[in-house]
Amino acid sequence: MSEEFKIDIVNPEKSFLSKEDIIEAVVPAYEGEMGILKDHIPIISFLKPGIIKIKSKSGEDSYYVEDGIIEFKNNNLTVLTSSIFNLKNMEKNKIQELLKIAEEETNNIEISDQTKYLTEQKINVLRSIN
Amino acid sequence: MASLDDLKKRITSVKSTQKITKAMKMVAAAKLKRAQDSAEKGRPYSQKMNNIILNLSNGISDKSNAPKLLSGTGNERIHLCVVMTSDRGLCGGFNANIIKKAKSYFLKLKEEGKELKIITVGSKGNDQLKRVYGDKIIENISFKDSKNANYFDAEKVGKTIIERFQKEEFDICTIFYNQFKNVITQIPQAQQIIPLNTENNNENKSEESYEFEPDEDEILSNLLPKNISTQIFKAMLENSASEQGARMSAMDNATRNAGEMVDKLTIEYNRSRQAAITKELIEIISGAESL
Repeated sequence: MSEEFKIDIVNPEKSFLSKEDIIEAVVPAYEGEMGILKDHIPIISFLKPGIIKIKSKSGEDSYYVEDGIIEFKNNNLTVLTSSIFNLKNMEKNKIQELLKIAEEETNNIEISDQTKYLTEQKINVLRSIN
Repeated sequence: MASLDDLKKRITSVKSTQKITKAMKMVAAAKLKRAQDSAEKGRPYSQKMNNIILNLSNGISDKSNAPKLLSGTGNERIHLCVVMTSDRGLCGGFNANIIKKAKSYFLKLKEEGKELKIITVGSKGNDQLKRVYGDKIIENISFKDSKNANYFDAEKVGKTIIERFQKEEFDICTIFYNQFKNVITQIPQAQQIIPLNTENNNENKSEESYEFEPDEDEILSNLLPKNISTQIFKAMLENSASEQGARMSAMDNATRNAGEMVDKLTIEYNRSRQAAITKELIEIISGAESL
């Protein structure tokens, strides 16, 4: 029996990625990292800024996301996100640019605790991949 | 009858108009391809978003506690209409169709005694509506500077709407846009986005129960504002594809009409030239005869 499931990553402009031979996906869910294997229970969750790791038969890929929603159902993993970058071809100055935006955001006093937490998360992740 | 010179001038003028419309048609055709592409590519996102929300709202046991964006404010008194049109003209009935649809909806609201507020997106709609409904328009958003519809702009519109909703400025929000069917057909649509209409797509209902992390309420209250931006983005994509399609067929018609006109004018020109020559000949012959 095959141990693979399907993944669809969509952003508002287009379908970002669609693959059928996924063995394992690790997503930065709202309450901690979550690994998904085949026949996972149907779940809906949020993403916080972090790295999506996708292990497929053809290799391993990592993507940086800033936000999003995931839905897993019938061995279909759907990731809806408005900002996603493949780490492989993400340029240094793009990371720097995002980092700068995030840092400016934390200095804004008016943001809520939740946004502040998410932005700090973003900065940590961006620093780690920089 | 117009003189030969006048006719000549008219023919050149029509010909140069034809050149312009032909060029515009070609530009629209190229842009249409791109806009249509992105409209089609954007559909999965909004569809999936809709499905998730549907599943979520089915999962909610206590409807009375649901977020207001889903369940409504309980009133139906103040209606906000977001009329989405283009920033440029010369696209046939594109803007007029949306306005017509919107106006008939406004009339219906008026008969029912509801209060009306309008936000226009795109300057053409604002131009047409401000004559009659000028006092109802509370905001005009225009994206003249951005070349293509992008999510960032949609988010801006979405945020404005949500902000106003939280200030309880309206109860029900409807967006008006043209749905792209094909190059010659665009269907004006009225879609209610607040409170969200979850009843009419029952066929997608899934029986499965989901696990939620964090709980349903929190996900919903985060997801619903996003969904509004997504729906607006979808409308913007459909609109821009429709706009290019409408412009293309309008310009195609204009080019053809100009061609017909040139033919007609050329015949008239030749005829009057012939008449002038005949007249001169007759004068010469009768002059020679009298000698």
